[in-house]
Amino acid sequence: MDNKILHSVTAIFHTPDDIIKAAKAVVKAGYKKFDVHTPYPVHGMDQAMKLKRSPLGYFAFALGVIGATLGLLLMYWTMTVDYPLNIGGKPTFPLPAFVPVTFEITVLLASVATVVSMIVIFFKFPNNSHPLHDTEYMKQVSSDKYGLTIEAADPNFDFEKVKDFLSKIGGTNVEAIYYDNDEINSKLTLLEPKFLTGLAVISVLVITITYFSLNKLMFMQPFNWMMDQQKITAMKVSTFFDDGFSMRLPVEGTVARGFKPYPYPDSVELASRVLVNPLEFSDVNLENGKRKYNTFCSPCHDYHGNGVARLNGQFPNPPSLHTDKVREWSDGHLYHIITVGQNTMPSYDKQLTQEEKWQVILYVRALQRALNAQEGDLQ
Amino acid sequence: MSNDNIVLYERKPLPTKLPLLGWSLLLIGVVLTFLAFSTDNVRASYNLIIVLMWVFSIGFGSLFLIALEHIVGSDWSVPFRRLSEILAAVLFATPLIALPLFLNLDQVFSWLNPVILDSDKYVKNKSPYLNESFFVIRNIFVFLVMFLFYFLLVGRSLRQDKTGKADTKKWSTKISAIFMPIFAILITVVAMDWLMSLEPKWFSTIFGVYYFAGSVLTALAVLTFIAITLAENGYISKYLTEDHFYNFGALMFAFTNFWAYIAFSQFMLIWYANIPDETMWYMQRGGEGWMTISLGLIFIRFLIPYMALVTRPSKSNPFRLKIIAVWVFIAHYYDLYWVIMPEYTKKTELHAPVYSWFEFTVPILVLGVIIVVFSLVAGKKNLMPIGDPKFRKGLEFHL
Ligand code: HEC
Repeated sequence: MDNKILHSVTAIFHTPDDIIKAAKAVVKAGYKKFDVHTPYPVHGMDQAMKLKRSPLGYFAFALGVIGATLGLLLMYWTMTVDYPLNIGGKPTFPLPAFVPVTFEITVLLASVATVVSMIVIFFKFPNNSHPLHDTEYMKQVSSDKYGLTIEAADPNFDFEKVKDFLSKIGGTNVEAIYYDNDEINSKLTLLEPKFLTGLAVISVLVITITYFSLNKLMFMQPFNWMMDQQKITAMKVSTFFDDGFSMRLPVEGTVARGFKPYPYPDSVELASRVLVNPLEFSDVNLENGKRKYNTFCSPCHDYHGNGVARLNGQFPNPPSLHTDKVREWSDGHLYHIITVGQNTMPSYDKQLTQEEKWQVILYVRALQRALNAQEGDLQ
Repeated sequence: MSNDNIVLYERKPLPTKLPLLGWSLLLIGVVLTFLAFSTDNVRASYNLIIVLMWVFSIGFGSLFLIALEHIVGSDWSVPFRRLSEILAAVLFATPLIALPLFLNLDQVFSWLNPVILDSDKYVKNKSPYLNESFFVIRNIFVFLVMFLFYFLLVGRSLRQDKTGKADTKKWSTKISAIFMPIFAILITVVAMDWLMSLEPKWFSTIFGVYYFAGSVLTALAVLTFIAITLAENGYISKYLTEDHFYNFGALMFAFTNFWAYIAFSQFMLIWYANIPDETMWYMQRGGEGWMTISLGLIFIRFLIPYMALVTRPSKSNPFRLKIIAVWVFIAHYYDLYWVIMPEYTKKTELHAPVYSWFEFTVPILVLGVIIVVFSLVAGKKNLMPIGDPKFRKGLEFHL
């Protein structure tokens, strides 16, 4: 026993009132380095021990604020800046929708970080030993007794006196606690092979479980019920329709809202005579006509309509749109060509709305005029 | 305190100034209300609804606090139960306040308006519930049930002062357990009838809880203020400690958070679903001057009380608690104003928030009612339940 170093003297008390009285007595006797262990928080202990107000609250508050800021920034960056998505027509910075998440992250960071910093700062991680561990004293105070220890490091510490003092204020089982020599001498480091092995095992376990639950479990009964519904999925073979197509054409004769079927599919003459462009030259119409022309017509007809374009060599070159013939055709004639197509040129009826077709025609007219400017156009 | 000869509580008559103050406030309030009704009975009716709902909150909230104590068997609140019991008596003022409203139902409730009934099938479809006779019957029923439970819960407790019978506790616990679900339904009916149906097309299933959260908070605030003031001036036991008051602070803190939680849940779900039938209520409160009031609600009803109550010392310091209690009490007025008045301004040319002597009558009348009822009821009674076997235990309470 001689070579062992004394850590503290402990005593057991039996009721919460006793331990509060004892704590007061210890403070009065002038001991500074002492501690109280109770199975649950005993109210009034802070005052009895004359503890200063714990800074933990401020600490947790600061962490909470950091958590809230980080959470908001994360959502702001992903949802508003990096990849803005339109969800239900909400703004890209939908604050009300962020509130629950921000709240969760605030609480999470405040609580987790508080616990982690307690482990690091007070328990001096990776240290995992304390002389009070594994003592009879610890066993008792973590079930139904209340304990008090006076540490040898206290300036007023005197072994015999402290023992007498503790019995005098009503403590039972007064005991001396020594450091465990093995524990003091063993040097635990983070690179301990055992620790690293444990870490590796845990990592593998976590990865396996995560992989399993995300990639396998979710596809098992009953988790897949939501996914495997009896509904048509685009691009999947249909077992319901005979031809195996999931994507269906509308029923014959279906007319979309606001859409008028084209009345002269077989007659260019009629179309060129009857149809009149309902639109006028305007910035909006030309702008939109240009957009549609560049998208749908320019691959073959070129941006300026001269007929030699990006598809040159892979598709018969169309004639120039600047010939006198085309210039003299009525808008109705062009409308017919776009709607029905002409020889090798396919129909663009499905790609363009009726209004857009007229806008494209206005733009083609503008192109034609640009190559054949007349005097007075500048005015 | 183990010595039985020590007097735990000695009755001390309330100052005579108190009834005087109460009656004069009440008189001013009543005169102003009459004046208001003769000037503009629509606006006066809306303001009277605020009065009604405010007083309801205090009475109903106090009844809830009494029942809660019996059900959970708490010790700390026993010394204050009598104050809640006295405060719950303001419920008897509610039919009187509601009387002018019953006579003016068609001025405030558009579900009575034949033009709207004809043109709006959503309102018409609700008419089996929202019609004049059922409204009146149901609210009279609510009053009666409230009075019944008031007598059941409070009567025995008063008699216990003399008899000191211990089995009162058992009876009260049973009655409280029966009361709780009924209370939940009644307060929902009240909130739906007087607040939600002001806009008959709008509905929110959480609305009853919203009103409940604010009500309990208000009842707590009034109780806290009265208890601390009485304790400071020696009208109730001198053995009350900071630990007792800490509980008031903690409960107010909890219900402040609860209110914010409910208010936000209601807002977020409606905002998210974005259905015109539901968003209309918030759109009304988001435009033409109301937006400022709406944003202010977040601060006045949640952030400021939250910050004021979050630390431990502020929960146990009686002086600070008193200030916070006053704040919370007024915040409930703000909340009710925010719920009720946009429905009035919607009808006027202005649309923007209004505040003048019409609105100022509300707090005068409410204070008058509280002080008059308190001095009337408390005058003849002990201010603490001295017959309760748990009374001593409650006084000895430590955190
Ligand atoms: C796939 C390539 C291609 C696209 C895209 C295309 N065209 Fe054509 N277009 C042609 C070809 C090829 C011809 C010549 C057809 C023929 O042999 O009569 C033609 C002919 C025409 C003619 C008649 C010219 C003439 O002199 O007979 C017009 C007008 C016309 N296209 C307009 C358009 C417009 C407007 C668009 C955009 C909506 C468009 N085209 C898109 C290939 C295309």
